[in-house]
Amino acid sequence: MSAAMERYEAVIGLEVHAQLLTDSKLFCGCSTRFGASPNTQVCPVCLGMPGVLPALNEKAVLYAIKMALSVDCTVNRKSVFARKNYFYPDLPKGYQISQYDEPLAKEGSLEIDAGEGKKRVGITRVHMEEDAGKLLHGEGPAEEGFSFVDLNRTGVALIEIVSEPDIRTPDEAVAYLKSLRDILVYLEICDGNMQEGSLRCDGNVSIRPFGEAKLGVKAELKNMNSFKFLKDALAYEINRQTELVIGGKRVIQETRLFDPATGATRPMRTKEAAHDYRYFPEPDLLPLVVTEEEVEDLRKTLPELPARKKERFEKEYSISPYDSGVLVSSKRLADFYEQTVKRFNEPKTVANWVMGDFLRLLNENSKDVSESPVTPGKLAKLLSMIKEGAISGKIAKEVFEEMFKTGKDADAIVKGGGLTQISDEGELAGIVEGVIGKNPSEVEKYRAGKTNLLGFFVGEVMKLTKGRANPQLVSELIKKRLG
Amino acid sequence: MPITGKDVKHAAQLARLALTEEEIKLYTGQLQRILDYVEKLSEVDTKGVEPAAYTVPQRRAARPDTVKDSIPPEDALRNAPEKEKGCFKVPKIIE
Repeated sequence: MSAAMERYEAVIGLEVHAQLLTDSKLFCGCSTRFGASPNTQVCPVCLGMPGVLPALNEKAVLYAIKMALSVDCTVNRKSVFARKNYFYPDLPKGYQISQYDEPLAKEGSLEIDAGEGKKRVGITRVHMEEDAGKLLHGEGPAEEGFSFVDLNRTGVALIEIVSEPDIRTPDEAVAYLKSLRDILVYLEICDGNMQEGSLRCDGNVSIRPFGEAKLGVKAELKNMNSFKFLKDALAYEINRQTELVIGGKRVIQETRLFDPATGATRPMRTKEAAHDYRYFPEPDLLPLVVTEEEVEDLRKTLPELPARKKERFEKEYSISPYDSGVLVSSKRLADFYEQTVKRFNEPKTVANWVMGDFLRLLNENSKDVSESPVTPGKLAKLLSMIKEGAISGKIAKEVFEEMFKTGKDADAIVKGGGLTQISDEGELAGIVEGVIGKNPSEVEKYRAGKTNLLGFFVGEVMKLTKGRANPQLVSELIKKRLG
Repeated sequence: MPITGKDVKHAAQLARLALTEEEIKLYTGQLQRILDYVEKLSEVDTKGVEPAAYTVPQRRAARPDTVKDSIPPEDALRNAPEKEKGCFKVPKIIE
């Protein structure tokens, strides 16, 4: 980056759409299941047939309030649904039911940490709205020139979370989006899957010289639907705008689409009559009334959120911020960890096993924590057996794999498979004797001072016992025998 | 508030309506008369009165989150000018 470029800072605000995990759509009873055949989850309401009436989904309201509370928003006692009018083939009614001047919640904030200390990003508002349909673009020559509309997604419940323009770097934007996603997933109100579009991100970006209070002309960025795309798109756009300004040109207000193939953003559609959505209150829906008691009751049901849990883990279990971050990355994993520590009180050891072999096996088998055949109780038992010297650490890893495969208890596997650690001096002494007898030249070298051959002898014994020998004991026996 | 031909054109554009010059002239006059009529309301003193978009008592009206049967896709697509592969077929949307 040139010196001239370093004189500018970026001002970024993000609009995040999250699909709520309700069974039915926001205003009708159609299923929200992902992946169904096109246009099989539609009805007169979501198709926008004349004369139909929307009926609000209660669960969507509760989910939206939970999210609003989790980002410290004030939930409005009364909010109003509004029609946002525009024509597009994925919007059969010709308007989207959203919220406009009276959103569900407003004025919150979210703490983020992009690696340079903590920082608060303001949340302007959280509001409810319905999703639009999906456009599939033809690929074959016969389909050239056509788009295909699937309305299964039309009417699915969304919340939109709008940030203040408090974000300054692509890394902060990623940290912000990650924090939001973690919260949504912890609350179990959104699956956070960006690939399937359950979580989507648009943004507004402008630049200004450091120290300038006024905002520059912004570009609206679309299609930043992965953490990497978000980072790449913002970096590209900041660079583009900065070069324009340094070159004496002006940034124009426009919507730009990020193209992952080129890593660049390009203008999408010129906004003649920029955003003339002619919002007006939705006459078919009553204002959304939320009582004080309801909000307070919901507040009590909120789980410990990831940021707080991470801090508590660091303090309570004396584990590193990195370990803590990995462990709280999913609520189920964090619960698994805590349940295990409760039964085997060595937090660092448990952390190593959970983050190491446990996560590895889950990944290898594409399993979620909830599907793990190994329970916290079973893992704790295995760790106790290592501690008591019943099995070696090395054998324990094999036992763990077997536990994961079969769901059996550690002691059953150990007994059944003859994996118990050999700590019987007499038995080991015999094996040591054999190894020494077979390797006279190594013995000679060892006695001549090459004591690092100790490892070789121990290794031989371990090989012969298939890893079951107690290595400390073997090592002592060999030293005694050869010393 | 005086309505101009430009306003009518803008409204027509938003509604995807193609109007002839005569129609624009016609509607400009008609819209002007409608607005003038509604303008009468501004003679009422509404100081301190909260705008009411709704006149019914305000309480929460919501339904439980239960899935109901959708309609068959053949029915959903019955009004489609063109259809293919279970989808509404429309001129390509360029983005």
